[in-house]
Amino acid sequence: MSLTNKVTAEDVLRISGVDASRCMQCGKCSGACPNYDEMDLHPHQFAALLRKGEVERLMESNALYQCLSCFACSQRCPRNVEPAKIIEAVRLTVIRQKGRNYMTADRLPEKLDEDLPQQALVSAMRKYSK
Amino acid sequence: MNYSYYPGCTLKTKAKELDIYGRLSAAKLGIILEEPEHWQCCGGVYPQGEDEIATRLSSIRALAAAKEKGQDLITLCSACHHVLKRVNNDMKRNATICQRANNYLQLDTPYRGETEVLHYLELLRDRIGFDTLKSAVVNPLKGVNIAAYYGCLLLRPGKEMGFDDPEDPCIIEDFIRALGATPVKYSQRNECCGGYLTLENKGAAQKRAEAILSSAADAGAEMIVTACPLCLYNLKNNAKTKIPVKYFTEVLAEALGVKEEL
Ligand code: SF4
Ligand code: SF4
Repeated sequence: MSLTNKVTAEDVLRISGVDASRCMQCGKCSGACPNYDEMDLHPHQFAALLRKGEVERLMESNALYQCLSCFACSQRCPRNVEPAKIIEAVRLTVIRQKGRNYMTADRLPEKLDEDLPQQALVSAMRKYSK
Repeated sequence: MNYSYYPGCTLKTKAKELDIYGRLSAAKLGIILEEPEHWQCCGGVYPQGEDEIATRLSSIRALAAAKEKGQDLITLCSACHHVLKRVNNDMKRNATICQRANNYLQLDTPYRGETEVLHYLELLRDRIGFDTLKSAVVNPLKGVNIAAYYGCLLLRPGKEMGFDDPEDPCIIEDFIRALGATPVKYSQRNECCGGYLTLENKGAAQKRAEAILSSAADAGAEMIVTACPLCLYNLKNNAKTKIPVKYFTEVLAEALGVKEEL
């Protein structure tokens, strides 16, 4: 899928408010990540690739949709980098583009079950679509 | 004492027990919870993007309504608490977000984060006190081994949530003790259950839920309590190991002798 608008590292820095240059690549964030196995790129790599300006690679990562927003990485980072904010900022640069919603409301009925709380639906829409 | 109370979308629907038992218990403890007339859903996920304004507005409306009444705002759902608390911090500390949000809202007086957001458990600990709670218990839950499941949203990021020590919390264990039951500590109590992924990647949510349930089972838990409807759903439905999972307000109401069958 081609992207309509070019996104730069500055855009991600502005949206996230994160200073990735503070990252010392210790990997503590990725060590803390409970969903490490499901992600093609891990929190420390988001910090590293953002520093190198490789935003397109980040925008193609499945980690944007596998991140649990659990804030373990942000909590345990000794340099206060907050990788969860980088991941969310990159996700926003993707889903804000036309036609790039990751999940749309018409896909929800097939996923419903008797017990599913509303919270699951509203949060999926918050995370995956604009 | 009167407080504003923000129930959130799920407490009106799938998580009625969390709401109703919370209200019944509060009344027993002399607390009046006033629900604002026109609250809107907080969205369930804190908008981490600093340029996200629209997604913060529903929270700010609830916060400003509590300020109008001169009341602290009580939350019950972990996700609502997380969202309201952090949006409130933004209104206090981030001048750009504060100004842009107020430009939209055009309130009579601008809102700048004046309201204090308290989770129901913080109300019990910091305003009522666990000793007072203990003396109000009429049905002590003697001999029941209860595991607290904290999850993520109440605790992290610790410096923003200010709820408890994010790596070694004790508030829910202290709560369990006050009810006369025995708290069970286990390694996964503050690790994520993966609930947000239940629609997108059920396998991952199942793996996380099982890690938590088996860790609690190994430690001898007979019951797990939580404050989060999505955690409750995920721990109940997505793990192979089965231990009853309940809202903390349900055991509270039971201990206070105000539990009704719903
Ligand atoms: S924990 Fe912080 S400093 Fe260490 S690699 Fe992760 S983002 Fe960088
Ligand atoms: S917030 Fe996302 S990236 Fe960070 S530890 Fe949790 S799942 Fe991993």
